[in-house]
Amino acid sequence: MTEPWWISLIKAGVIVNLIMVAFAYTTWLERKLLARMQNRYGPNRAGPYGLLQPFADLIKLVRKESFFPVAAQHPLYIAAPIVSMFTALAAFAVIPFGAGWQIWHYHVNGEIANVSIALILIFALGSVGVYGAIIGGWASHSKYSLLGAMRTCAQLVSYEVSLALSVLGVVLMGQSLNLVDIVNKQGATIWFFIPQLAGLLVFVFAMIAETSRPPFDLPEADTELVAGYHTEYGGMRWGLFQTAEYVNMITLSGLAVTLFFGGWHGPYAPLGPIWFLLKVFAFVSVFIWIRASVPRLRYDQLMRFGWKVLLPVATINAVITALLVVWVS
Amino acid sequence: MSPQPLDSLKGFAVTFRQLFKKPVTQQYPEYKRPVYPRFRGRHRLHVHENGLEKCVGCSLCAAACPADCIRVVAEENTPENRVSPGERYARIYEINMSRCIFCGYCELACPFDAITLGNEYEISEYSRDDLIYTKDMLLAEPMKKIPVADRELYDTPIPYYKEHS
Repeated sequence: MTEPWWISLIKAGVIVNLIMVAFAYTTWLERKLLARMQNRYGPNRAGPYGLLQPFADLIKLVRKESFFPVAAQHPLYIAAPIVSMFTALAAFAVIPFGAGWQIWHYHVNGEIANVSIALILIFALGSVGVYGAIIGGWASHSKYSLLGAMRTCAQLVSYEVSLALSVLGVVLMGQSLNLVDIVNKQGATIWFFIPQLAGLLVFVFAMIAETSRPPFDLPEADTELVAGYHTEYGGMRWGLFQTAEYVNMITLSGLAVTLFFGGWHGPYAPLGPIWFLLKVFAFVSVFIWIRASVPRLRYDQLMRFGWKVLLPVATINAVITALLVVWVS
Repeated sequence: MSPQPLDSLKGFAVTFRQLFKKPVTQQYPEYKRPVYPRFRGRHRLHVHENGLEKCVGCSLCAAACPADCIRVVAEENTPENRVSPGERYARIYEINMSRCIFCGYCELACPFDAITLGNEYEISEYSRDDLIYTKDMLLAEPMKKIPVADRELYDTPIPYYKEHS
C-alpha cells in the first residue's frame, strides 16, 4: 500500500521527535532504575521524581564551551558525531510500529519506509555507524581516543557478525527480509522467540555489545581508557555520541521486538503501537538491569565470547533452522 | 563464560530485590545528619560571664596553626577600655577559613580556652574575601544551628573547655 510522500515526511518528523523524547526518558529511566538497584534515589531534584533531569542535562550540554584539541582534524572531528547520530536515527525508519491506519481517505503505513531489504538496511546503517566512532577517535588526535576507537571498531565488527547470523533463523522462518512481512508472519503463526530461543539469546548478547552497553562497554571503559573514542569530545558533540548510543539501544530493542516478539501484535487488545512501545520499554529495562548486575568483561574474554561462543551458536542455529524449514515445507 | 551460569543469574535476583527496598541515601539539604559531638567545624571565640573576652591576644593559636591562617594583633588593655581580663587583648583576630584545615591545634594551644571549634560546617561563600572571618563574626553566635548527636552515644571524654564554660 503506498502513501503520498508528504505523509511519510510528517511521519518521519513525528518519529524522530518521538525517539528523541524516548531517548531523553531512557536516560532518566536508566539513572533511576540503576539507582534504585543500588539503594540510591537517582535524580530527584529537577522536577517531580527528577523528570526534568533530561532537559536540564540538555541545557547544560548545549551551553558548554565548544572545545576541541588543537591537533584535531576539524571537518572529520565535527562530522563524526553527526555520522553516529544520523545512522542511529535512520535505522528506525524501517521498523514497523503499527499495522497501518486509514486516516480520512489516506492510508498511513505503520512504518516510515516499507523497504523489502529492511533488515539488511539496518545492519548496513549499523556498519556505517562504526565510522562515527573510528573517525571520531582518529580525528581527535589523542592516544586514548585512538585506542578507544580501535577497540570499538574491533568489538563492533566482531559482534556484527553474530548479530547478523542470529537473525538468519528469523529470516528463514519469516521467508522475508521485510520487517512488516516478518511481523505479519508472527501474527499469523507464533512469535519467533519460542522457536528461535537460541537466536534471541545470541541477538541479545550481540545487541548489548553493538550498543556498547555494560557488560560489553569496552569502547567506553571508563577505568582503563578515559572515555574511549569520545575522550576529546565535550558539550553537545559528546551529547550526540551519547544520544546515538541510546538511540541505537532503542532501535535495536525495537528490532528485537519486531523480529522475536511479534512487533505491534499483542494479546488481549489490538493496541498496535502501544504494545510495541511497551515491549521496547521492557527490553530497555532489561538492558539496564543487566548493567546493574554484571561486571564488565575483560578484552580477551569479550573477543573469546564473541568468536568462540556467539558465532558458533548463531551459525548452528541458522543451519538447523534452515534444515527444519526445508524439511517442514 | 562464567563457570557457574546459574550463580551468575542469582546476581540478577539480588539486584532485582533491591528495587523494592527503601534507598539508604540521606537527602542532605533537607535532612542534616547529626554531627559527632567532638566534630571540628567553624571556630568560635568565647567571652566570660561578665562580658570580657577570654582571648588575651597571646598569639599562641597563630603560632600553633599549621596552615598559618590566624592573624592576631594584640593591644594593651587600659582602665578606660578593658576588653579582656589579662594585660592585653586581641585588637584584630582574623581566621582565613579558606586556609584552615580544622585540625584543632588552635584550641589545644589556647591557655584560656578562648577559641574552640564549633559544629557548623556549612561555611562556603561565593567570594574568598568573605571567608576571612573577623573577630566580631567569631564572637557572634553562629547563624546556622547544626544538629549534634547525643554524646551518650559515643564513648568519648568531654573536653575540659566544654565542661567548664
